[in-house]
Amino acid sequence: MSQIINTKRGRREQSGPYGKLGHALNELDDRMGVAKGGRTFLDKIFPDHWSFMLGEIALYSFVVLLATGIFLTLYYVPSQDLTTYTGSYLPLYGQKVTEAFASTVNLSFAVRAGLLMRQMHHWSCDIFIGAIVVHMGRVFFTGAFRKPRETNWVIGTTLLILAIVNGFLGYSLPDDLVSGTGIRIAYSIILSIPVVGSYVAFFLFGGNFPGTSILPRFFILHVLIIPLIILSLVGAHMVLLVRQKHTQFPGKGKTENNVVGTPMYPVFMAKTTGFMFVVAGATALLGAFAQINPIWQFGPYTASRISYAVQPDWYMGFLDGALRIFPAWSFHSFGYTIPLEVTIPAVIFPGILFNLVMAWPTIERKFTKDNEMHNLLDRPSNRPKRTSAGVAVAVLCSMLFIASSTDVIANFFHLSLNTVLWSMRILCIVMPVLAYPVTYKICREMQGFAGAGKRKTANIVTRTAEGEYVATPAPAYVDDLVHEHELEAVPVPTYVVDVDDEVSSGEGGVRRVPR
Amino acid sequence: MSEHEQRTPVQLSTVSADDPRLQPAARRPELVEKVIAVTFLAGIALIAGFGAAYWVNAVPWVLGATFGGGLFLMGVGLIAWGKYLMPRGPFVEERHTLANTDEDRNAFAAAIVERGGGVVKRRKFLGGLLGAGMGIFGVVAAFPLVRSLGPLPKGTLFHTDWAKGTYLVDITGRRVHRDDLAVGSIVTVYPEGLENTDNGQAVDQTVLIRISNENYVTQKGRETWGPLGYIAYSKLCTHLGCPVGLYEQQLQLLVCPCHQSMFDVTNGAIPNFGPAPRPLPQLPLQFDSAGYLQSQADFNQPVGPGFWERS
Repeated sequence: MSQIINTKRGRREQSGPYGKLGHALNELDDRMGVAKGGRTFLDKIFPDHWSFMLGEIALYSFVVLLATGIFLTLYYVPSQDLTTYTGSYLPLYGQKVTEAFASTVNLSFAVRAGLLMRQMHHWSCDIFIGAIVVHMGRVFFTGAFRKPRETNWVIGTTLLILAIVNGFLGYSLPDDLVSGTGIRIAYSIILSIPVVGSYVAFFLFGGNFPGTSILPRFFILHVLIIPLIILSLVGAHMVLLVRQKHTQFPGKGKTENNVVGTPMYPVFMAKTTGFMFVVAGATALLGAFAQINPIWQFGPYTASRISYAVQPDWYMGFLDGALRIFPAWSFHSFGYTIPLEVTIPAVIFPGILFNLVMAWPTIERKFTKDNEMHNLLDRPSNRPKRTSAGVAVAVLCSMLFIASSTDVIANFFHLSLNTVLWSMRILCIVMPVLAYPVTYKICREMQGFAGAGKRKTANIVTRTAEGEYVATPAPAYVDDLVHEHELEAVPVPTYVVDVDDEVSSGEGGVRRVPR
Repeated sequence: MSEHEQRTPVQLSTVSADDPRLQPAARRPELVEKVIAVTFLAGIALIAGFGAAYWVNAVPWVLGATFGGGLFLMGVGLIAWGKYLMPRGPFVEERHTLANTDEDRNAFAAAIVERGGGVVKRRKFLGGLLGAGMGIFGVVAAFPLVRSLGPLPKGTLFHTDWAKGTYLVDITGRRVHRDDLAVGSIVTVYPEGLENTDNGQAVDQTVLIRISNENYVTQKGRETWGPLGYIAYSKLCTHLGCPVGLYEQQLQLLVCPCHQSMFDVTNGAIPNFGPAPRPLPQLPLQFDSAGYLQSQADFNQPVGPGFWERS
């Protein structure tokens, strides 16, 4: 047995070739068996395409939301009890306001960095939902939702819905004039559900509007229940992502059976951590320089007061627009009422929209009868029907979003409200209907020249030295041509042979990676 | 053979140190290193600046600029480090099929269907009882949860606090006298005593308009509702319940700022523009002997947005 040599060198030799850290890792592996899985995880390959970054924006905005949100909970008081405002904002001094409103104004003005944190929280919510939508667009248009990833698509759609709901709940918490009006509208939308509407509304709000328990209930939903569900679903989203591995765009050396790109450790880890800082930093800069939701200017909520030209946060815009332009159709019969003017745009329409989005992988599989595994992404122009359908829905939502500012548009362009209202009604029907064939045509054009037959790629004709003409099909993707100089991808090396040491270290020359 | 010998030796990939994939992507790494160092230094300075700004309680934009700028620069530096100075690759990993062998799949299915399913099939009665018990538990557990959340609607949505002889008061609690409003004026009124309550504000809120100097009839059958040109409508929009807060005096319209529904004041507040389908309910008015305004009765219709039970 080797004797213990109590020198620096002796201790180093005893702890193995990887020193104290290596020793610690061995101890960990003895107990939890992490070496093999950990190594696989560190070698996980991330594709280099920029569009894979969109989901990261959503993830890191969520981190910012959690961090700033925890800060806000330390000062916010979820209570509708009345109090007299005596803080530093003079226009409100001495007014009777709710504890919720007073605490939100106080945390903005009296708490150090409070306003910054509040504005960051609001901005990162807008960024979070925006990033989710754009990320979904990428996944949709490239067909990344296909087998085996349908479950992750459904999880992602659920996350979007939860994010929108939680955004609305958080927007309501300050109890200012604008958000209170939003709650009033939400109450009326729930009320419009046939048969059970009034019961659901009474149970949710603890009685007729405004009730007394709505802020405490919204608070606990906003800070605990829904974030917990979002967090678990984000976890499931990530686990599935690692288990099923990333998709990738076709290109040199990229097949259905591999992933080419950057390893998790250390390259991707450096880039993604840096990106997290960039997202957080950009949010903080927005919070510093772009004012958002100045509730002290709106004043506290009073049910009989209202402000002009107020819009909800952007992600509620399409619903607000639908409510504005939907005709005043109401159903009264047999002693019952279905307020279709509310039920259709605010309950049935979003219900159909989100169900359609969730079910899309199944729907597409029904039509294409394609039950294969897909790890290589589609070029959107090569799937013209899917792309056109997606663009049509996106155009519809954009039109409805624009329709949520009919009054502002009318005011700004000096048009009559009637003109704007009818224009938006027509645009909301015509534009999606137009978007489909236009997108389809553009896709077909991008696939090659029209009328080039069913062949999707051109031939490259070359003349040999003997004068013979040879036609070879061009690569399906332009990238294949551009990146021809690119290196062949190899597995992440375990060991690096140092060139100088190769001879001296004898067999194989196994050395640690110096970098 | 011992267990140890059965293991296949692990294939460890080895790459030469001068392999191009291990080289940084930057053409001049020393220069990039300097740029990143400067970025980091600027980031550190800004983050330290945030500490100082926080210490002296600087204005919010200074806090945000130092905090955000610092994080942003550190992030940019780190991304550049990963992108330009670390091995540029590309590297590849194999994607193994997720599906297991038929044997494994069958074993899994058999365990569920035959082992577990068999047990249940043999004891259908017990299974049924267990299912029934769990079902009843679910209902019983949900009952207090849902039922105790709020009261039943019952008639709440059909009535307001207005009744025969209720005085109209403004937000300060002052009664409205017959001489108070000039023609063309508007004021929001509440039932006396409820002007500062949730229900008074959210449900009973009413707009009082003086439209002329004489009795005003907005619709047939409402001959006595508008004494001396005073008429009152519910302030709750019949679309989504926003306060109908804008009074367009020349066109005699009440306008809802939320979704631009417009109600014709002269004609029973029938909607003539926008998404609201029903007129605003009208409150019949009268004067007491001293000339103060009272309601004759409750509104002629349930106030606010539509709901199922409303006929």
